[in-house]
Amino acid sequence: MSSTTIPARRGPMAILARTGRMIMPAIVLFWLAMAFFGYWVAPYDPAGIQDADLFEGMSRKFWLGTDYFGRDMLSRIVAGARYTVGISLMATSLAVASGVLLGLAASAIGGFFDAAVSRFLDALISIPSKMFGLVLVAAFGASIPVLVMTLAVIYLPGCYRINRSVAVNVAALDFVAVARARGESTLYIMLREILPNMIGPVLADFGLRFIYVVLLLSSLSFLGLGVQPPQADWGSLVRENMPGLPYGAPAVIMPAIAIASLTIAVNLTIDSVFGRHTREGVR
Amino acid sequence: MEPLIDIRDLRIRARTAEGQDIEIVKGVSFSVRRGEVMGLIGESGSGKTTIALATMGYARYGCRIAGGTIRIGDIAVTSLDEKGLQQLRGQKIAYIAQSAAASFNPSRPIMAQVIESALIHGLMGEAAAREKAISLFRAMAIPQPETIGNRYPHQVSGGQLQRLMAAMALITDPDVVIFDEPTTALDVTTQIEVLKAFKEAIRDRNTTGIYVTHDLAVIAQIADSITVLRHGEVQEIATTSQLISNPRHEYSQKLLAAAEPALRPSPVTDRQARPLLRVSGMSAGYGLTGKDGMPAVPVLRDIDLTIGRGRALGVIGESGCGKSTLARVIAGLTPASRGTVTLDGIDLAPGIAGRSREQLREIQLVFQMADTALNPKVTIDEIIGRPLTFFFGMKGAARDRRVRELLDLTRLPATVQHRFPGDLSGGQKQRVNFARALAAQPKLLLCDEVTSALDTVVAAAILDLMAELRRELGLTTMFISHDLKTIRAICDDIMVLYSGRVVETMPAAALETGRHHPYAGLLLGSVPALRTDWLESTEAASLQVQGVPPALSSGGCAFFPRCTLAEPGRCNTEVPPFRDYPGGIGAACFRLAAE
Repeated sequence: MSSTTIPARRGPMAILARTGRMIMPAIVLFWLAMAFFGYWVAPYDPAGIQDADLFEGMSRKFWLGTDYFGRDMLSRIVAGARYTVGISLMATSLAVASGVLLGLAASAIGGFFDAAVSRFLDALISIPSKMFGLVLVAAFGASIPVLVMTLAVIYLPGCYRINRSVAVNVAALDFVAVARARGESTLYIMLREILPNMIGPVLADFGLRFIYVVLLLSSLSFLGLGVQPPQADWGSLVRENMPGLPYGAPAVIMPAIAIASLTIAVNLTIDSVFGRHTREGVR
Repeated sequence: MEPLIDIRDLRIRARTAEGQDIEIVKGVSFSVRRGEVMGLIGESGSGKTTIALATMGYARYGCRIAGGTIRIGDIAVTSLDEKGLQQLRGQKIAYIAQSAAASFNPSRPIMAQVIESALIHGLMGEAAAREKAISLFRAMAIPQPETIGNRYPHQVSGGQLQRLMAAMALITDPDVVIFDEPTTALDVTTQIEVLKAFKEAIRDRNTTGIYVTHDLAVIAQIADSITVLRHGEVQEIATTSQLISNPRHEYSQKLLAAAEPALRPSPVTDRQARPLLRVSGMSAGYGLTGKDGMPAVPVLRDIDLTIGRGRALGVIGESGCGKSTLARVIAGLTPASRGTVTLDGIDLAPGIAGRSREQLREIQLVFQMADTALNPKVTIDEIIGRPLTFFFGMKGAARDRRVRELLDLTRLPATVQHRFPGDLSGGQKQRVNFARALAAQPKLLLCDEVTSALDTVVAAAILDLMAELRRELGLTTMFISHDLKTIRAICDDIMVLYSGRVVETMPAAALETGRHHPYAGLLLGSVPALRTDWLESTEAASLQVQGVPPALSSGGCAFFPRCTLAEPGRCNTEVPPFRDYPGGIGAACFRLAAE
């Protein structure tokens, strides 16, 4: 209260927070880039068996060691980003897009439509997500489109809940009443009046939802129900290298670190983007 | 005599969202003698609350006291540390906030909260504190003083809560009490009770106070002297009677003029003008509609009204009386469950879906809060231009030209056209609000509390604009407000709503003369007049039974529980019929009919 600017916070936590603010988005961007170009950037053919032992340790030749077939682990992780990030991104986009649309429609139309959609999706929420995923994958087989749809359906209800509650608050504002009184169509009210005022929460929700999807996809793959060989995402990489555990092979831990780095980085990036307004909210 | 509060060259700085450091209180000095009350008056942003809070050594988040001294008695507040401030606050100096409802913890009984500061400071035992609280409740004329402390905040009315908060402040016998707009959120009929209680408590205890408000008439009742503030600077310090009778500073004169809004002459003086809007036998509310056509939660019952072409009808009533719902029903946002709404001889469907686009165009709504009435993510050009495209299919250059015409009509600079609502001031936003409604070229304009959220000087300018629009465009308007002075200034006819029923209709000129329904009389008598002895001389406080919350009753007159003239056995069993009286007054009251 006695200086012109709020004094910079000191101490190890503050330094961590400040560097985190720059490094975390970089990690997110790195994995996104790997999802698109990883296959070409990989030092070796991800599926090619190299001239090496099984479960080799880290070396100059194989930075992250080799897997149970003697394949280069770094290449496999970089190539696996395509599945982990790609499938999660598609599933999240699908879940958030339909959640936003349904939430908007429910708040703009209200009444019976709102009640029906809300109760139906509440019923979906009550099914445990992993069980639901297991059943769907068991029924339809574990292809990538089925995985994307399954993940989207599992996360749609939560997405809808959040977006509906944001949209209902916006829909109660006077400018929406003015638009209604003018006789505007429901679609116009949804897209032009309500949607622009909920972009912030929608994006924050997108990021958090993405993390959950990554974790669920990885656990499905770990259980053998996700991405199937010869394709491999990070969850499957952990699973297939489990026998390396007694040898202390890096092949087991590295894909897990990749998962952790992606989810933590996304989480902290969202925090720094959306948390800042409230922390430093001075008129 | 040495002043008790002495503030010298107080400077407070704040950091804006852009990181700029600006001075919001610029060298303010004043002093208050023991037993006197200093009024701080000014528009929003004048720094009045900031100064009042600084007296307690407190600066809001992002603000800091940058210079000057504040002394209370022999304590230098500005040089106290956190611990010293804790000792000071609640014990030597107490604070009464604008919204008592937000200042009480809803999960604890009132008594525990009222005596809390006495217990924290260790001034008395719990039993003694309770006893003292009860005596304070009595002094504040709070009904059932012995038991009200056992209730929870939501179980008492707003006016009572405000007085309970004053009791909370006074429990430690503080030297100084800071009143921060304590009656602003209350209805006028409640405000008068609270003001009376405050004034008595101040006199009996010889309390020194700082009273912050934007309402000159209110402060005239309480304060001994007044400091007029603007943009963080003192404009004038004078005794109350001097300021009211002979303000020296130009800005004080402006404030004074705005406090008693001048009558705007009506362009249509013929009371029998051809009716444009006719509402008959209309009932509306929320929830499912029952077999008798009444909704589960009725808000309006059997409303009849007509507005002549080009005339302005003022609708007045306290919060919760259904006046905003009336506008929503006419606009079709809340469909009426019974009765008809006729515009220009054509019956309108109850809901928006059943009305044609042309019918929707003819009725336009202007809402109270310009902040929520304008979409913050859309430019002014799009806000005003959308109705032009929607109703008239205007595009490109033609639309652009018309938007600029409308900005000009509402006295807005053309530079705002491509800006966002957040860039505009409150008054400008309200003008955009009008421009949007006018873009549709409506026949009927429904204005819901359009000046309530504005400072008096800005509100006066909006009233001028409305009078001008009526004159130039021949607009028919319905003007909803809780403020009788505003309604009187702009309207030709007045309709008084109480608890969802029309209790009286009258020409605006009959307001000061003629006999009125007891509620209308109470309303009239409760509006503070701009003189220092109004609170003592008014009879309005004796016109109502104290402390019973109003409820919508179906059998009998809704005003019965609060009416001192009521005749038990009749007024509470039969609904009084609506009758005409001399002077163009129509009222629903048995007592008025009997005289």
